[in-house]
Amino acid sequence: MTDATASLGSAKTSADALFQRKRLTAFAVPAVIIAYLAYIAIAFDVVGLAQRASGENAVILASDSWSYKTHVTRDNRRGGTTYAIEGERKGAYEDGTRPAWVSGDEDSELVIDLEDGHVVRFLPDNAVAYDVPGFGTIEAQLVDGSLNTNLSDPVPDWINLSDQRMTVTTDAGRLTMTRTRTEVFRYFPGWELFWFTLDSPYHNRSFTEIALGDRIDPDRPNISGAMSDFWNNGMWRHKDVAWAIGETILMAFLGTFGAAMIALPLAFVAAKRFSPFGALRFGMRRIFDFVRGVDALIWTVVLARAFGPGPMTGALAILITDSGTFGKIFSEALENVDEKQIEGVASTGAKPLQRYRFGVIPQIVPILLSQILYFLESNTRSATIIGAITGGGIGLMLTQAIQTQKDWEEVAYYIVLIVVMVMAMDSFSGWLRGKLIGRKD
Amino acid sequence: MTDATLSGPTRREVDRIQDSYMAQVRRRRMYGGLTLAIFVLLMVSGFVVADDRNAGGFWDGWRQMLDFPADVVSEAWEKRANLPGLLVRYFPALMETINIAAVSTLIGAMVGLILSLLSTRGLARWPRLITVFRRFMDILRAVPEIVIALVLIFILGGGPVPAMIAIALHTAGALGKLYSEVAENADLKPVEGLASTGANWTQRMWLGVLPQVAPNFLSYTLLRFEINIRASAILGFVGAGGLGFELRNAMAWGPGRFDEAAAIFVLLFGAIVFFDQISSRYRNKLTEGQ
Repeated sequence: MTDATASLGSAKTSADALFQRKRLTAFAVPAVIIAYLAYIAIAFDVVGLAQRASGENAVILASDSWSYKTHVTRDNRRGGTTYAIEGERKGAYEDGTRPAWVSGDEDSELVIDLEDGHVVRFLPDNAVAYDVPGFGTIEAQLVDGSLNTNLSDPVPDWINLSDQRMTVTTDAGRLTMTRTRTEVFRYFPGWELFWFTLDSPYHNRSFTEIALGDRIDPDRPNISGAMSDFWNNGMWRHKDVAWAIGETILMAFLGTFGAAMIALPLAFVAAKRFSPFGALRFGMRRIFDFVRGVDALIWTVVLARAFGPGPMTGALAILITDSGTFGKIFSEALENVDEKQIEGVASTGAKPLQRYRFGVIPQIVPILLSQILYFLESNTRSATIIGAITGGGIGLMLTQAIQTQKDWEEVAYYIVLIVVMVMAMDSFSGWLRGKLIGRKD
Repeated sequence: MTDATLSGPTRREVDRIQDSYMAQVRRRRMYGGLTLAIFVLLMVSGFVVADDRNAGGFWDGWRQMLDFPADVVSEAWEKRANLPGLLVRYFPALMETINIAAVSTLIGAMVGLILSLLSTRGLARWPRLITVFRRFMDILRAVPEIVIALVLIFILGGGPVPAMIAIALHTAGALGKLYSEVAENADLKPVEGLASTGANWTQRMWLGVLPQVAPNFLSYTLLRFEINIRASAILGFVGAGGLGFELRNAMAWGPGRFDEAAAIFVLLFGAIVFFDQISSRYRNKLTEGQ
């Protein structure tokens, strides 16, 4: 009787202790996580970052990625007005032509209609007038190198004014005036000149007109002329982009399969079942660990020194890093092969090489293939990143476009292309896996 | 007597079977050879194209491959007295790289956990939205970290936070998919039992599903942490702070600061190997009982 009570009592104390411990961890784990996040918030200076974050940049990014602007620029020193899409030479209107929303005469009064009642007029003697509905007319003139305006303090926050420079930003567009030039931006939705630049005869023609209509350029058939003008579009550089995507996929392809080809024989050396020499096995494994541990970043930096920028460097960086990973995975797969099939093949009098070919390879091929194809997809992403470091492929074009900080529509275009490329490689490798080793899901 | 069974029509039958079997084998061999030929062709032409478009050729570069490591090692050896000091100096940068990886793994795992439960058949809170959450995870996974990091660096300025957000988003997508595969195999009986007591969705998941899948989830999370350390070092190189950023600065300087590059190499290599070992030990422990 007393024994039973005593054991019951001890069971109860141990159960209580267990519950106590569980309750403690239930609170301690979230507490540790929150404490860590708080430490990170301080260490990464999240508060300071929130203040430094540039809302203006976010707005530029959000609006520029789906719209474009046409610049009307007057040279305040030499006179003369130019019209160019995005202000680029490739997008410049030819002499004597100009957008339909500009009227008047350059020498007396040039009227730029920004719609919704916003009208900018370029007047003689470096003067400009901007009618802003609901505000009035802003007048400004350059006199002896300094800027005189009819604005009085305090100016609204959408006008930035000093004696050297005036910037008026409204929903309809933007007017900038400095000593050297007066410039008006008008924004339009869309990616302008995506198909053809202004110097191409096919600009502003509809698809049916090109495909079925009369010959537009007398020297070339419509279809091939349009194809070549699209391919050589100087603003969107479709040819370079296509090459860059190709280079990125090439890096992933060469790197992944090259690594698999190198790793497979080495994995036999590192696998316990196939390699009788302990020291050799140990050495091989340490080599795999070393190659994996050095990491793609360091390999990329080292290889970029020897091979220079380009897809070969990226492919080799992927190849070397993944040889280590594949070596490890393959040798583990080799250790787990079923002995019975090898014995069965051996019983027919097969030599060692034949035993490997018919006893081992069929067992590990599905594992290897699914790993290789999984890596092919993930290496497409790595190749984008490595390309940004070594200078090759779509990664480089993306970093360049972001660093110039003006062609956000190109950045948006590249991002879309990268995501489409990765998803396409994902479904391609999934499809191939299904074809080769049967569908799993 | 036995001969008689193999003569006449039966004999011909056997020959026919053998012929068709041999034809099948030949066809299979031909397909195999064709696939191999296409693969070899792709590899060789890919190699030629890549070599052609690279700034330095493969065969020239191969000989120079060891020049740079040799330069780094010899310079580091000359200034070996500096090395301990440099290791100490760059240790905070290493901590930053590891912190980026850790915090993004943590946040990514929490988001991925919720996404995975919402997109698993049988467990989802809103079964009709399973496809929506799956596509969302696909997109999170497809966007390379560098894309998000570069855009965020433009908006937020350089530093660890853009890298952290970029890696966390990718991690959420990647872990969400793996978690969801594990959760699909979870036993639904505890969930039903909890439902019968009137437990809401959060309680059913927290008490019925999580205890079953926790070891596998933790193991995947540790594996992801290893990957994220590498990713955070790489993102540092494009301006997101940490060890990668220091490495780029040291490399931009060229010879004369290779001892610093060597110190950074040592730290990065050491950190990666260290966390690989720890995580593989714990992962083995976690999955041992299964």
